[in-house]
Amino acid sequence: MLESLAQLFESWGVSKALDQLQYLFDPGTLPFAIWETLYAPLLATVFAYVIGLPLGILLVTGEAGGIRPLPKALMQVLNTIINLLRSIPFLILMVMVFPLSRLILGTAIGTTATIVPLTVAAAPYVARLVEGSLRETDRGVIEAAQAMGCSPWQIVTKVMLPECKPSLINGATNAAITILSYGAMSGAIGGGGLGSMALMRGHTRNQVLVLYAAVILLVLLVQIIQSIGTALCIKTDKRIDHTNTKKRRKQS
Amino acid sequence: MSQPMIEVRDLSKRFGEGDGAVHALEHIDLTVDQGDIYGIIGLSGAGKSTLVRCINLLERPTEGTVLVDGRDLTRMPDKALRQARKSIGMIFQHFNLLMQRNCLDNITFPLELTGTPRKQAVARARELLKIVDLESKEKAYPAQLSGGQKQRIAIARTLATNPKVLLCDEATSALDPKTTRDILRLIRDINRTLGITVVVITHDMKVIEEICTKVTILNHGRIAESGLVEEVFTNPKTEAGRRLVYPDGVPFELLPKSRVIRVAFNGGTAYQPLIASLAIDCNVKVNILGADTRNIDGKAFGTMLLGLPENDAEAARAMAYLAGQKDITVEEATDYHA
Ligand SMILES: Nc1ncnc2c1ncn2[C@@H]1O[C@H](COP(=O)(O)OP(=O)(O)O)[C@@H](O)[C@H]1O
Ligand SMILES: [Mg+2]
Repeated sequence: MLESLAQLFESWGVSKALDQLQYLFDPGTLPFAIWETLYAPLLATVFAYVIGLPLGILLVTGEAGGIRPLPKALMQVLNTIINLLRSIPFLILMVMVFPLSRLILGTAIGTTATIVPLTVAAAPYVARLVEGSLRETDRGVIEAAQAMGCSPWQIVTKVMLPECKPSLINGATNAAITILSYGAMSGAIGGGGLGSMALMRGHTRNQVLVLYAAVILLVLLVQIIQSIGTALCIKTDKRIDHTNTKKRRKQS
Repeated sequence: MSQPMIEVRDLSKRFGEGDGAVHALEHIDLTVDQGDIYGIIGLSGAGKSTLVRCINLLERPTEGTVLVDGRDLTRMPDKALRQARKSIGMIFQHFNLLMQRNCLDNITFPLELTGTPRKQAVARARELLKIVDLESKEKAYPAQLSGGQKQRIAIARTLATNPKVLLCDEATSALDPKTTRDILRLIRDINRTLGITVVVITHDMKVIEEICTKVTILNHGRIAESGLVEEVFTNPKTEAGRRLVYPDGVPFELLPKSRVIRVAFNGGTAYQPLIASLAIDCNVKVNILGADTRNIDGKAFGTMLLGLPENDAEAARAMAYLAGQKDITVEEATDYHA
């Protein structure tokens, strides 16, 4: 009985707890891991928007009945490529993109190298998020803009994007969180940061404390990003009558 | 003589192809004179919105031409068309304001499109806020406004570029009766003071009666009749017209087959004024076929046999009028011998 309990503790890695704590509290460990966890995914998010935002706009404006219809064949190709990229599981995509990473950055290993597969994986996702947001634009408002003599470009920049700002911010928050979790996953094959910490030490070397510390930090990071996103979204949304919500809160 | 501002010539609009095609408009001819307030009325689905959207080419007509201020919009390249639209204002049932911009910035929006300097645009917007009587709402967002206020901002926005024409597609249909009257009055003031030609699209006769001088009745994508509002509404000549003027259809159901009715007076006003007002107010002459009435203290008692005119519309109007009177009952007389 006692023996099996000791075995269980052993299997949890509790016997090496001191080692693990020492590792975790080393001033070089966590700050660096957090930095690595954030910088590649956040850069990848930016790049994914550079590619995905124009694509998302095209998906809405270019369809039949859109404000500037494009050839049907072109739209089909675009849709197919996006669906194709989105259906490949991230880790597999990452391996497939290794040659591209080597071409662009000279290496396929390390945190920086994951920016390439993260961008490739996230761009089509971002395109769909942007598409979904822009589709929410009120048809009537677009019609009013057209009646005022707006060009298609002006409708995109002055009507669709500003009118959908809250929804776009919401989408960007989702994108950043998803890419962060992909980035953590990339720790399995060469990426750095908290994900690699959890996988390489927590799992492979059976360091349970390190595993949990990494996971808790990942959860916290996601919480922070989500809170910032939600706050920005509410702040920019003028469709909600804030004076009234305040009044109502006071009343209740 | 007034100049034509909008000329629609043999305009047709078809949605789709082949058997499933919807003929939304067929062979529409329409002239709106400079400075007029012109009504287009019809039941839901008649093609009113499609017609008004064809006037500023938001919808491209399948056939026909549209001239605004003497220029054929159907032949213009896109860029020239967008330019031309800046002198054709439009307001909508659901206001269609930019929800993420405050009132002032909604009004400066069309000025931004033309590259007007910000300072000048703001000054113009403030001027317009005064015209629509909403100076205090400069910083408010549309979500904080009532329906009537939203429509006022929409009107100010559309006036920013000094349009020659104002198209109103069911602009008061989402508003309560009082607000409707206020908005209609504002539109009439704008028409009078700025000389803007107005086209009013509605399904509601009251709106036309309130501000329009001329009216066209649209029915299943065709013009049923048009003319001066008083003429068309007091004497609709077509089935579609009658259905609009008597929307509840009461008079037609009441219309007796024999065209002879018995009117019983139960102590209301005397009968002579009644027959006179039928002639004056409703423009209907009825035949008195027989009468057995007494005036007691200026009040009428007894019955009277009336022959209704041959014209369905006139007969219907007479029936509607009689049915609305107090102390009178009306019934079909089948057993009379005149
Ligand atoms: N974009 C469209 N595609 C197909 N049919 C349409 C379209 N727009 C309008 N229609 C049809 O044209 C007819 C007239 O519509 P509309 O002009 O909106 O009528 P109204 O404004 O008088 O209610 C209706 O039968 C409607 O279904
Ligand atoms: Mg309509």
